[in-house]
Amino acid sequence: MNTQDAVNLNGATVDRDHALHLLRSMIRIRRLEEKCAELYSATKIRGFLHLYDGEEAVAVGILEALTRDDAVVATYREHGHALIRGVSAGAILAEMYGKQEGCSRGRGGSMHLFDNKTRFYGGNAIVGGGLPIAVGLALADKMQHKQRVTCCFFGEGAVAEGEFHESLNLAALWQLPVLFVCENNLYAMGTALKFEQAVQDITRKAASYDVSSAAVDGMDVLAVETAAKKAAQTVRTQGKPFFLECRTYRFRAHSMYDPELYRPKSEVEEWKKSCPIATFARKMKTEGCIGNVDIETIERDVAREINEAVAFAEACTWEPIEDMTRFVHSERRTP
Amino acid sequence: MSSDETNLQKITYREAVREGIREALQKDERVFLMGEDVGRYGGCFAVTKGLLEAFGPERIRDTPLSESGFVGAGIGAALGGMRPIVEIMTVNFSLLAADQIINNAAVYLYMSGGQFNVPIVIRMATGGGRQLAAQHSRSLEGWYAHIPGIKVISPATIEDARGMLWTALQDPDPVLIFENSSLYNMEGTLAADAGPVDIDKARVRRPGKDITLITYSASLHKSLAAAEILAKQGVEAEVIDLRSLRPLDEKTFLDSVVKTHRAIIVDEGWRSGGISAEISARIMEGVFYDLDAPVERLCSVESPVPYARHLEEAMLPQVDQIVNLIQKMVGAHG
Repeated sequence: MNTQDAVNLNGATVDRDHALHLLRSMIRIRRLEEKCAELYSATKIRGFLHLYDGEEAVAVGILEALTRDDAVVATYREHGHALIRGVSAGAILAEMYGKQEGCSRGRGGSMHLFDNKTRFYGGNAIVGGGLPIAVGLALADKMQHKQRVTCCFFGEGAVAEGEFHESLNLAALWQLPVLFVCENNLYAMGTALKFEQAVQDITRKAASYDVSSAAVDGMDVLAVETAAKKAAQTVRTQGKPFFLECRTYRFRAHSMYDPELYRPKSEVEEWKKSCPIATFARKMKTEGCIGNVDIETIERDVAREINEAVAFAEACTWEPIEDMTRFVHSERRTP
Repeated sequence: MSSDETNLQKITYREAVREGIREALQKDERVFLMGEDVGRYGGCFAVTKGLLEAFGPERIRDTPLSESGFVGAGIGAALGGMRPIVEIMTVNFSLLAADQIINNAAVYLYMSGGQFNVPIVIRMATGGGRQLAAQHSRSLEGWYAHIPGIKVISPATIEDARGMLWTALQDPDPVLIFENSSLYNMEGTLAADAGPVDIDKARVRRPGKDITLITYSASLHKSLAAAEILAKQGVEAEVIDLRSLRPLDEKTFLDSVVKTHRAIIVDEGWRSGGISAEISARIMEGVFYDLDAPVERLCSVESPVPYARHLEEAMLPQVDQIVNLIQKMVGAHG
């Protein structure tokens, strides 16, 4: 099958290499998460495990808009963000195993992935807890005259927290370069949006703080990427916050403990028809941009990556118990 | 601190705190101050008066009344390379920011496996005695001392009020400074060139041989006053100022108890589950066989702090209570 170098979609030109890159990124997240679920069932990894299946287009599309200098603050459902930000699948899995070669040295686990090399500031398991931190990172950038963006991911459940409102107010008041990304998957744990928000159009809340906002189809990676690039550009050049709502859906339960009694299976099946990976691959194939061989190649490469990551995590070592209190405080006084 | 007495200047505790902040702002451009009313108003306890004019609104930042938001922003700014001093009006309001302090500041370094330091200093007023009633008079520093990952210090003297801040700012980890609001008007002398002090060690503020008084902050001055009264009665009390509640410098008070064989803890906090319980337990664990009498505690009455002056005074530890308790302890087992 012959493939084209570029296709035109909704007025935007998509380069074949870039299309493959986006597809590969989403498949990397999906396959890593499937492996996590498997390892969880095999009791290799424990604790709370929140999977991201269905939401891949959000992490991939948004992170395309950031540079290496920008900062990322994420939530407890952050494996995909960490992976796409550049943390290796091996370091992520080793962390979930609790090994000292994990990206947080086995002290964080699934919900607390951190990486200073990629300015990945977690991994925060308190809903809304990362929002003020993102505001502070942006404040530090502004005070040091660094033209960087701090990107903060959170779910629509966080919008009910006081910290959401305090953070948007501060960011707008002080004109701070924060890209607020709301991953609206319609359920705050098991409570549907309509049962927890008096005003369900979340962008209106941002508008009430005079923060520019947009909503985008979070199941469409190209739409997310386009919106994110525009939003990040606004933040970067104008030095002020932007609020982007990505309307998405998670195909799995809130966590591995969740019996998912709050939503009908038919609803999940309906949303699965909009799977960001399947729809994007189908679109690209229809346009003649990629072929089945490309997808097979990606799947083979990703399978190898994940297998190597599991082997790495298995081979990693346990932190000596004598070092348990290491990093409660810093080892040297002068920062 | 210089021992040259000609160099001594009269100063209040409030001014000493301010001079500490001023020096930090001058010495390190990464340092900035933010909090409610710290700028245009001059600080609700007038601590930060004049700083806005001297350093401008970028570095003296008035915040909205949103403790969780601006404390969290301070944590983020510390992660981003700044050295924020965040002022919370009183410890009572810090409860609105407790999530950021406890769930973020205290654990970021640990959860990240040593990758991310949070070099933030959070200052707040604490304590009762000003008829401000239950929601403005708490002494919750002992609560914060429960949390690994943060340091909790409380300057009782002019020298510490001036000198602890810079040392705290040099610490790569979060430090909470509790300033007892009843001390702000206290006057004393301080060398013009007084500089930073350590924040790790307790201090023997008055040597003695008959009993050890372990205390900190405003209760230090009540304890010293009681010790003076007791000295006239022939009882020499050794008074220890803890200065730091986390980590606790237990060596200093255990050594003292070994010498005096008796100990009393004076604390404006509540008794149940308070820092006094921790100190008492450490004495039992460490030097039980050196004790001639059970460890005693003089804490606040276990009620919310009342407004009425006579009730509030009766609630807080007072000098005559310290004197009476020590007389009983020394007399009963002399």
